[in-house]
Amino acid sequence: MERVPILKIGEVLLVSIQIDLQDQTVLALQEDLADRIVRTGARGVIIDITAVDIVDSFIGRMFATIASMSRLMDAETVVVGMRPAVAITLVELGLSLGGVRTALNLEMGMRLLGAGVPGAGGAPARANGSGGGAGGRSGAAGPR
Amino acid sequence: MTTPPGDEMAIASNDDVVRVRQVVRAAAAAAGLSLVDQTKIVTAASELARNTFIYGGGGSVRVERAVSERGRAGVRIVFTDEGPGIPDVDQALTEGWTSGSGLGLGLSGARRLSDEFTLETQVGKGTTVTVTKWTR
Amino acid sequence: MSDEHRRAHIADLVRSRRDTVLDRWVELVAQGVRGRITAGELRTELAELYGLVERALAEPGGTAGGELRAALGEISRSRARQGFSPTETAISVFALKQAVHEQVEASGDTDAYGGFIAFSSFVDDLGLTTFEAYAAAREQVIADQAEQLMELSTPVVKLWEGILAVPLVGTLDSARTQVVMETLLQTLVETGSQFAVIDITGVPAVDTEVAQHLLKTVMAARLMGTDCVISGIRPQIAQTIVTLGIEFGDIATKATLADALTYALERSGVRIVGGAEG
Repeated sequence: MERVPILKIGEVLLVSIQIDLQDQTVLALQEDLADRIVRTGARGVIIDITAVDIVDSFIGRMFATIASMSRLMDAETVVVGMRPAVAITLVELGLSLGGVRTALNLEMGMRLLGAGVPGAGGAPARANGSGGGAGGRSGAAGPR
Repeated sequence: MTTPPGDEMAIASNDDVVRVRQVVRAAAAAAGLSLVDQTKIVTAASELARNTFIYGGGGSVRVERAVSERGRAGVRIVFTDEGPGIPDVDQALTEGWTSGSGLGLGLSGARRLSDEFTLETQVGKGTTVTVTKWTR
Repeated sequence: MSDEHRRAHIADLVRSRRDTVLDRWVELVAQGVRGRITAGELRTELAELYGLVERALAEPGGTAGGELRAALGEISRSRARQGFSPTETAISVFALKQAVHEQVEASGDTDAYGGFIAFSSFVDDLGLTTFEAYAAAREQVIADQAEQLMELSTPVVKLWEGILAVPLVGTLDSARTQVVMETLLQTLVETGSQFAVIDITGVPAVDTEVAQHLLKTVMAARLMGTDCVISGIRPQIAQTIVTLGIEFGDIATKATLADALTYALERSGVRIVGGAEG
């Protein structure tokens, strides 16, 4: 069984899923993440699923579990990079992902966690030049 | 009408569930399904393969090309197990109902994601679920 | 004389006078299709069919019947796609009747006449197969064209940095709504846009299925981390949505495209101030 690597960038843990997820891998990832959040005191978790071509109910439930689990440990979870076909399928499947926050890509996910990517601050065209904070549907997360 | 013979493979481990997804993806792409429809049927297959493994105690799956009455191409997947069967089919197809650790979206979700869905089950004998997805 | 005997008679005739009948058949079909297929191609095609007809006549109920239908289906489909008319397509089959009939007449054999009636209905059957395949293929062509038109009629436009809009005009059916949905979501990813406005000012009415699709689009957009606003809901459509009991929940809806844009700008942190000069 393969394990999904967890990277640490500042106060954020980054999980980039690049493999076809097997159920055991999913369970191991949940455990590994819980462990890493405690050890590193991370404030945020980003799960990058740009490379994932299907999310079934088991994998979807993992996102919700990780989100609730990390919230208990005072860390915010953002799922980034969901493909359109995957999103449409999840809606059809009837899975809402509960309280999981999502962002279009890694950069926006980092911003949502208030951990901006160095050198990728605000879009120059923006009138307020701040890069737009209140992206998520649940409003801005980080203090401003 | 069905073009013979489909790939038949065993579902005996978690790895097999992943393999079923790959086989179905390849078959759906070969049948000419759109990306969204491929994703839907692969997701349905993933749910059903997991059901076969966990609730059916393992079984087998057959993935085949199909042609509808109106001449549309498609992919048909048949999951068979010789497990305990489903005592109350209506309940099993109810959204959110689960007898195991799932979210209860396995059967009902797979039904919503496919164009045709049939379930045959006999308590003590086993279960066969067939799903089909046609090109649009 | 039995039916079977008569059929055998025709089968014999078709076999023994193969070259003459085939030549005549090719000639008749060539007139029908007016040189749009080369004589060589036509001959190869018809010779293959002829072989299958011979076998089908020699062993009724054998496998040749199925093969013959399949081959005819293939030819009809390719004719339909190449834009041949139904007559031009059907002549390929019906001309065989004439070619055989001429031989029957020339032979002066009365038994063959009896068999010809059965043969004639056999060819009619094949003609029906041909026509069904032709019609199905034409329908497919129309469906493909409809899809192309649909893609043309669903432009996704950029209103502002990070804000996209799909102005929908005309009747929305389930298929078109689905295409809109997929195109919109894909464009959100490609452009890294966080907001989408689906403007349905130009849509006269929606049914339950279409309303559900719009709803699903908004939900899918949210799952991807973007925000989707629906604008321009006409009174009739609002009524439909309420009457049908479709739950739009907390989905943002705005009266006009302008309102939707203002909303999206505010949400993305853009402040609109009047009077730049000071």
